[in-house]
Amino acid sequence: MTTEILIAGFGGQGVLFAGKFLAYKGLIEDRQVSWLPSYGPEMRGGTANCSVILSDDPVGSPIVSKPMILMAMNLPSLDKYENDVLPGGMIFVDSTLISRKVTRTDVKVFYIPSTQLAKDIGAPTLANMVMTGKVIRECADISDQNLEAALGKVVSARHADLKEINLKALQTGMEYAD
Amino acid sequence: MSEKVLMKGNEAIAEAAIRAGCRHYFGYPITPQTELAAYMSKRMPKIGGVFLQAESEIAAINMVYGVAGTGKRVMTSSSSPGVSLKQEGISYIAGSDLPALIVNVQRGGPGLGGIQPSQSDYFQATKGGGHGDYHLIVLTPASVQEMADLTGLAFDLADKYRMPAMLLADGTTGQMMEPVALPEEAPVLIDKPWAVTGTGMARRHNIINSLYLQPDELEKMNFARFERYAEVEKNEVRYESFLTEDADIVIVAFGIAARVSKNAVVAARKEGIKAGLIRPITVWPFPKQALSDLANTAKGFISVELSMGQMIEDVRLSIHDRKPVRLCNRAGGMIPSPDEVLAAIRKMQEEV
Repeated sequence: MTTEILIAGFGGQGVLFAGKFLAYKGLIEDRQVSWLPSYGPEMRGGTANCSVILSDDPVGSPIVSKPMILMAMNLPSLDKYENDVLPGGMIFVDSTLISRKVTRTDVKVFYIPSTQLAKDIGAPTLANMVMTGKVIRECADISDQNLEAALGKVVSARHADLKEINLKALQTGMEYAD
Repeated sequence: MSEKVLMKGNEAIAEAAIRAGCRHYFGYPITPQTELAAYMSKRMPKIGGVFLQAESEIAAINMVYGVAGTGKRVMTSSSSPGVSLKQEGISYIAGSDLPALIVNVQRGGPGLGGIQPSQSDYFQATKGGGHGDYHLIVLTPASVQEMADLTGLAFDLADKYRMPAMLLADGTTGQMMEPVALPEEAPVLIDKPWAVTGTGMARRHNIINSLYLQPDELEKMNFARFERYAEVEKNEVRYESFLTEDADIVIVAFGIAARVSKNAVVAARKEGIKAGLIRPITVWPFPKQALSDLANTAKGFISVELSMGQMIEDVRLSIHDRKPVRLCNRAGGMIPSPDEVLAAIRKMQEEV
């Protein structure tokens, strides 16, 4: 089984961090993983994205051009990548920031007000992890195990006190029913 | 080998270099290799090493030249435009028969070009770059693990053959994170009786120099150097062979292009097309013999490159144009998709 994920949004929304979290979770689970950030001109224009591949086999190309899962954290990202998602794939939409609906009919769509939910739990910068929680809940290939262990790898020791709120954000997303 | 960690390719090179005994780093920032220098700036002061951000790439490579003369393991890193600036120094290092490591995390060119991944410095890396008759040992990592492994190997080979080595990476392999098991810190450091380390009044002084005004003397140096290069070509060719045994169509690709091509080969096999992949790990020395042997059985070759077609010349030379060789390429920072490579395979299948 191979799951290819594209996470896209504004710089500052924690797009790269969410990707790192999923990649580390995969590594802890002894899977093959790759994480590739955008670092090009689009970064300088304010948008960021990263490709994450989780697989039971060695990862070939680390570039995700046809994602199984798209996490769209803002409208430009949904506009840009909606059509690239594989038929039968999943699109996760931050419905706090994106008011339009997905036009594709051959994919599963989850609208989750992750920015609002993050504010509600007092962690306005963790919309990324709320949405990641929802992805973990809905994607059969990503287990709900090892959350704390993976957070331990990506939250630096200096900010260890932030592990708990990250976990809460993940759980908020996992529990959200749209 | 230690526990696997997630690391960027650029950082893996830096850490592997330190574990290979490198304590001298000179560089100048440029995207997409800056994480390498940043990593060195944090680590070197803690382990008694030297990190120095020079005033320019030219200064940095000449600092490398200086330290190399003392026999210490030393490196610099940059990306394409910066590596162009280093060429004079690289030629001097080669002309003085000194080991050193130069890392090129390539980006699109020519000129300032762009900052996205590219392989368009292939000619520069393998055919000289600077002036005069010389070669670098050029290693092409395709994964973060290889970024680490080939760094140690590059230092070893540079020492062994007294010549500069280059890691020819690209923006993707530099920026991506993958699990990597870092090598143990157990560098094999060989004796360097030629190094300039002070005589202690016990021996005649050594001289590091690339200037030979007597042509017969300079000719002798060149011939001697090329005898060593012949040894490198005999002993140090490295490549990965993937499904080539019965392959009708052989793809030749290195680095990130090889990763993409591997996906395409797997897809082609599912369609019943006998495709295979040769991934050069050294592009100098180039795996000429492996390709020449395959030309006996394969029907055609495709060189997949992030350039306008540079390595394809070595592919054609290796097989003496006995079989058709096609190019599948993107340039300027674009990367071919597995589908594009698959389309090239299908097209060649119809042709041959």
